[in-house]
Amino acid sequence: MPFLKFLIPELLLSISTFALLLIGVFIKNSFEIVYRLSIILIMLILLIILTSDIENTKIFNDSFTIDNFSIYSKILILLSSFFILLISKQYISDTKNNKFEYPIIILLSVLGMFIMVSSNDLILFYLGLELQSLGLYVLASIDRDNIKSSEAGLKYFILSALASGLLLYGCSLLYGFSGSTNFEEISRNTGNFNIGTIFGMVFVLVGLAFKVSAVPFHMWTPDVYQGAPTSVTAFFSVVPKVAGIVVLIKFMYLPFRGILDQWQYILVFMSIASMILGSVAAMAQTNIKRLMAYSSIGHIGYAIAGIAAGTENGFQSTIVYISIYIAMNLGAFGCIFLMRRGGKYIEEIEELSGSSKNHPLMSLSLLIILFSLAGIPPLAGFFAKFYIFMAVIESEMYTLAIIGLVSTVLSAFYYIRIVKVMYFDSPKKPFEKFKNLKIYGSILISCVFLVSFFLYPSIFNQIISNIVVN
Amino acid sequence: MIEIGLGHYLTLGAIIFSLGTLGIFLNRKNVIVILMSIELILLAVNINLVSFSIYLQDITGQIFTMLILTVAAAEAAIGLAIIVSYYRNKGSIRVEEIDEMKG
Repeated sequence: MPFLKFLIPELLLSISTFALLLIGVFIKNSFEIVYRLSIILIMLILLIILTSDIENTKIFNDSFTIDNFSIYSKILILLSSFFILLISKQYISDTKNNKFEYPIIILLSVLGMFIMVSSNDLILFYLGLELQSLGLYVLASIDRDNIKSSEAGLKYFILSALASGLLLYGCSLLYGFSGSTNFEEISRNTGNFNIGTIFGMVFVLVGLAFKVSAVPFHMWTPDVYQGAPTSVTAFFSVVPKVAGIVVLIKFMYLPFRGILDQWQYILVFMSIASMILGSVAAMAQTNIKRLMAYSSIGHIGYAIAGIAAGTENGFQSTIVYISIYIAMNLGAFGCIFLMRRGGKYIEEIEELSGSSKNHPLMSLSLLIILFSLAGIPPLAGFFAKFYIFMAVIESEMYTLAIIGLVSTVLSAFYYIRIVKVMYFDSPKKPFEKFKNLKIYGSILISCVFLVSFFLYPSIFNQIISNIVVN
Repeated sequence: MIEIGLGHYLTLGAIIFSLGTLGIFLNRKNVIVILMSIELILLAVNINLVSFSIYLQDITGQIFTMLILTVAAAEAAIGLAIIVSYYRNKGSIRVEEIDEMKG
């Protein structure tokens, strides 16, 4: 079976996940060992993917593609889940969530994302999406003795299952009116105007918008981000977003390419609404996890603006945006993990007050990350937004660009408010000091990436344009 | 006699689908009813897929249906587990009382 060699990452991931499950069952108190092994496993798969020579192939009756785009998104998914596992270990142990199922469920939902980003067929895509979501339902409610966590899980389950249902209804219409579940077949048959495929497209878009939390399908985001344990929130805010945006690009690029006029306005609307809501609703928040939820809604709005441009440049800028977004969010959550006092983790923004006196380094790195999230030059976040707006202006959507710029200014307000709290308010009791080189290292990597990005934007762009062209 | 054709099946699917969606939004009492509504949505999709599959003379739709049935079972299992853990903490599964977090 020669095609199996293309599947080595997925096969290795699934087989070793079940091996880890056996280890967890048969060895007592196996959280430590399972956690370490899963971090090593992610590294191993990353190495395998990086060293394999890429050739564009389609296997299983053209339902599974291996190309540069899917490989790049797999690398993003692996890297971000690696860093999240690294920085959240201490938090998981401190909050007594150290059950061995935790890393295993993360690995399973990473497997689901792998299948999603590689799929070239509605059936495979749906199965990957469900594998990912089933893992995420359990993750959100993993702290089962905490009412907030189980409420977050319940809310996420209901709304996400509804979104899957809508998406599936869209898939059934697409299948019926184009006669195939294969993405390329569908794109060949959607070119001629057909009300059935348009309906299917709208339902699929709604489902995907739910998964990436774009307005008007964002209502679950703040509650789930606040209620779930912070380690899970960090995972939620990064990894499923990457997979969702990649799949959104893939749908727009392959099956819906012929009906660009139909979906462009839907995406423009979603993008504008997300940008505005993300920046306005975040102003009143006092809980930093809730603020990160609205911030991620806003950022998804910018990412969708790039897709809405509908050009290759637009898709490219969205991929750049989401890559930089990962670096910023990882750093931000690294800083949130450092907010601990008396063994309890703190989520209120006002508790950061005056932290620049007691924790100058942490405050400085949070300042860099927040400025980058706000898009202030010369940090990486500025370049991310710059590419998006360039692509949008190139396709002559001036309204979208202007509203985007205005909402950037609005959102700068609440990021800079946190900086003001940290640097100019009177100091409170210092946070507990603890040596955790993994968290410090991750924050350092994130800050160095954000600060030094302006030295090499063209190299990064070159890599990504190679990916999109292929 | 009316000939029952694809259109009728699609209408049936659409009606069941809308019932399921309305069931989620109008229901104010019990979370279990929401679970049932989700099942209803998935079954509407199955009706659609099977009738398209017959109409197109193509087996893919029926394979898709079998996979959806399996996924729906897994989803219901996880949903019930989450509801049980929620009930343990809260002591009630009334929909209007799910309001620990707001804003």
